[in-house]
Amino acid sequence: MNVAVTLEEVGQGALPTASEAGPAPKRIVVTYGFWIFLLSDIVMFAALFAAYAVLERATAGGPAGVQLFHQGSVAIETACLLVSSYTCGLMSLAADSRRRDGTYFFAVVTFALGAVFVALELHEFAGMIAVGAGPQRSAFLSAFFTLVGCHGLHVTAGLVWLAVMMAQVAVKGFRPAVNRRLLCFALFWHALDIVWVWLFTVVYLMGVHP
Amino acid sequence: MTDTLYDRAPGDSSPSAAERESATSSHVGIYTLGLALALVLTATSFWVANTSLLWGPGIPLGLTVLAIAQMGIHLVFFLHITTGPDNTNNVLALAFGVLIVTIVVTGSLWIMTNLNDNMMPAELMNLHMQH
Repeated sequence: MNVAVTLEEVGQGALPTASEAGPAPKRIVVTYGFWIFLLSDIVMFAALFAAYAVLERATAGGPAGVQLFHQGSVAIETACLLVSSYTCGLMSLAADSRRRDGTYFFAVVTFALGAVFVALELHEFAGMIAVGAGPQRSAFLSAFFTLVGCHGLHVTAGLVWLAVMMAQVAVKGFRPAVNRRLLCFALFWHALDIVWVWLFTVVYLMGVHP
Repeated sequence: MTDTLYDRAPGDSSPSAAERESATSSHVGIYTLGLALALVLTATSFWVANTSLLWGPGIPLGLTVLAIAQMGIHLVFFLHITTGPDNTNNVLALAFGVLIVTIVVTGSLWIMTNLNDNMMPAELMNLHMQH
């Protein structure tokens, strides 16, 4: 422990500020680039949120949110996504300490919770379309399906990405490149949770409020 | 001292296995604290939306504040946005993103509310927006 601390102080203590530290480590550069992508993605979601907020009352005489949304399933979806965010964090910790079994375990839990989320959302969509409240019914429902469906597509893409990452860990092991990809995946997954926080607040909670 | 200059996020390659282990155990605590806070805020949001104890017109504002708080929790505890120097660029990009998001959302709502209020009676306007 002491040896490690001394080594680190020699390594970093000689560098007074970040700007004088030379080129940033690749990990910092990669996460910064991915962070830019995430922010642009969030700006796209902002446009969809704005469209939804503007069209929320344009129900064309069709069903409104109060009749369509079930808070019970939304609460379960929220819990799934939040806990999967937590297990995703534990997965990146396990990957940091190069523990394969821990990485696989938390990846499977994260994947399962994400899959439950997508299944619940598809079930909700199917139920709405079955009662004639599909995206073509009104401007409100078009905006709703675009916004919530876009988030669902992101979660689905995240699930595919997670499966690919586990295959990479299995085949390639914990190389630096694989670790950086795992880090980017964790950022992606946490950012999706932030979008969902706004989704359930704006769509499901404010939507059923008279 | 170096800790305050260079914040270490999960994914950093630590110099030694021993330090890796100690960092991991402290990071589990950070994630758990973040999860607990997020769960409390989520539960509060659902309670606020369903209770009749609170003043009705203030509920959307309260929900917005809770969502902003939870976003902050996620950014700090899960996405590890810090004030460290290696995070300056991320924070600046985040600030720019928040600016754009605010302009897009409040601008759209502001303009469309104005249109709804000033252009024609509400029923007629709704009729127009449906087609």
